[in-house]
Amino acid sequence: MAQFSAEKLAKVNEIIARYPQGKQKSALIPVLHIAQEEFGGWLSAETMDYVASILKIEPIEVYEVATFYSMYNLKPVGKYVFEVCQTGPCMLNGSDDIIEYIKNKLGIKVGETTADGLFTLKTVECLGACGYAPMMQLGKHYREHLTKEKIDAIIDECERNAVTNN
Amino acid sequence: MGRKLLLEKAHVPGIRNYDVYRREGGYRSVEKALKTMSPDQVTEEVKKSGLRGRGGAGFPAGMKWSFLAKPEGVPRYLVCNADESEPGTFKDRYLMEFIPHLLVEGLIVASYALGSGRTFIYIRGEYAWIVDILEQAIAEAKQNGWLGKNILGTGFDCEIYVQRGAGAYICGEETALIESLEGKRGNPRIKPPFPAVKGLWDCPTVVNNVETIAAVVPIINITGEEYAKIGVGKSTGTKLISACGNINKPGVYEIDMTISVEEFIYSDEYCGGIAHGKRLKACIPGGSSVPILPANLLLKTAKGENRMMNYESLSDGGFATGTMMGSGGFIVLDEDQCVVRHTLTLARFYRHESCGQCSPCREGTGWMEKILKNIEYGKGKKSDIDLLWDIQRKIEGNTICPLGDAAAWPVAAAIRHFRDEFEWHVQYPNAAQNRNYGIAHYADPLPAAAAKTS
Repeated sequence: MAQFSAEKLAKVNEIIARYPQGKQKSALIPVLHIAQEEFGGWLSAETMDYVASILKIEPIEVYEVATFYSMYNLKPVGKYVFEVCQTGPCMLNGSDDIIEYIKNKLGIKVGETTADGLFTLKTVECLGACGYAPMMQLGKHYREHLTKEKIDAIIDECERNAVTNN
Repeated sequence: MGRKLLLEKAHVPGIRNYDVYRREGGYRSVEKALKTMSPDQVTEEVKKSGLRGRGGAGFPAGMKWSFLAKPEGVPRYLVCNADESEPGTFKDRYLMEFIPHLLVEGLIVASYALGSGRTFIYIRGEYAWIVDILEQAIAEAKQNGWLGKNILGTGFDCEIYVQRGAGAYICGEETALIESLEGKRGNPRIKPPFPAVKGLWDCPTVVNNVETIAAVVPIINITGEEYAKIGVGKSTGTKLISACGNINKPGVYEIDMTISVEEFIYSDEYCGGIAHGKRLKACIPGGSSVPILPANLLLKTAKGENRMMNYESLSDGGFATGTMMGSGGFIVLDEDQCVVRHTLTLARFYRHESCGQCSPCREGTGWMEKILKNIEYGKGKKSDIDLLWDIQRKIEGNTICPLGDAAAWPVAAAIRHFRDEFEWHVQYPNAAQNRNYGIAHYADPLPAAAAKTS
């Protein structure tokens, strides 16, 4: 079974040390973020059980949290996940068109992954970039003031990165 | 030009770095508070300032602090709410990105006042890169002796930690935030007991918004009394407004709450008018959960007075003809926007974000979304409008936390002020697919400021 590297384990222990003795469950959300990054961008049951064992809590305590928060993926996703905001302020600035454009360009529906495993399209609710709408999250960062041209450039950029990283 | 207390230095080159921030007068409030004031005196200054919670509820911050229980031998906690998730709101993000040390400085002073030796910033999970910015600022503050053990030789110990959420609007509600910080689902708790008595790990806890904490810095620097002189009435100090939607200059503005809504929308210092030369149709001035107002009621109160950008004036007339300051998320709709469609996106948002504990909210939000979808896509019935009204009334006030109200109000206000637009959708479903209802009778009487520029 996959396990955290020594470096990640040290990070986990550093997080646990932030809380009082016996309150290590508080580390659950940050540790799930680390696990998702480390183990392929999603949380398998095996991964969740592993996190439970590290934090000395019951697996069910991990499952209920993992299923509650929208940032955890419970099934495999593409290498690049486009999370496009569709809430009011983004809608006022044309997010519907952006979502349509990405769907057509990648040939997938919302929630799907391209056959080559590169791209997943998700719609999300307000990410706090309303003044820079329309927008999406890609990995750790936001891409804002989206246009069709910008989407083309982002897709190109991802495809290039995917080649150089392989 | 209004007075700036929070963002005055936000654009000094390199202000994110400790050295620049310090050179610009940073951390003076920590020196003043820790060396010359007792914790209770700091709380007293915040009370005198009249500072109201900037997260949305507007509760007096000093009073919240004074409610904190202080039993012997029990740790107390300060938690900073950086879970900014209310649609239209992006002010805390701006503050943390551009001037992170201001938040760290405010947190040290507030932690001293409240006796919190272990303080947390709970930040929404999506703001992942801001975690790095904040941790960098915290590390610099610690290297320079503002955090850690025996700060400034006063015997006060304090650490600040940043904790990321993982995508849940509900965690902006303070008891849900505490649950999340304990590693659980963000289900709000039944109050009482309030966090001030039983909060994080069952210890007395204060939860304050980012902007509230940042405002403590100028309050200590200039005194609460001076701070209270800025603004008007019970709207003291400055407020960050994040403006978005169909305006020329979206962004975050610091206002001193003495300007009118009209000036805020049309002057070049702020929003710069409606984008593409269009007319103003409607606005949600305080984040998506506060009532939407048509242009006429937005610019003038029902009494015919100019509506001002402060707590009292925005809520003048109650929900019948007024709205709320809320979080300061200012969403502007131009004449070509569809109120039904916009309301549908908000209803979808609240359905998505309902934690599911209370049936009126869990079931009601989904039901409202479904009806709005039908109306928007030409499948609505006239009775649906009354049904929507009925559902929102049955959610409001019947849930553990305010998410129920937050979901009900936008729907209620949309029907209250734009009922004709809903009826038009039902009556002319085909037309509604192809064009928008337009600006109608609630249009702005073209405001003086707009007339001047056009």
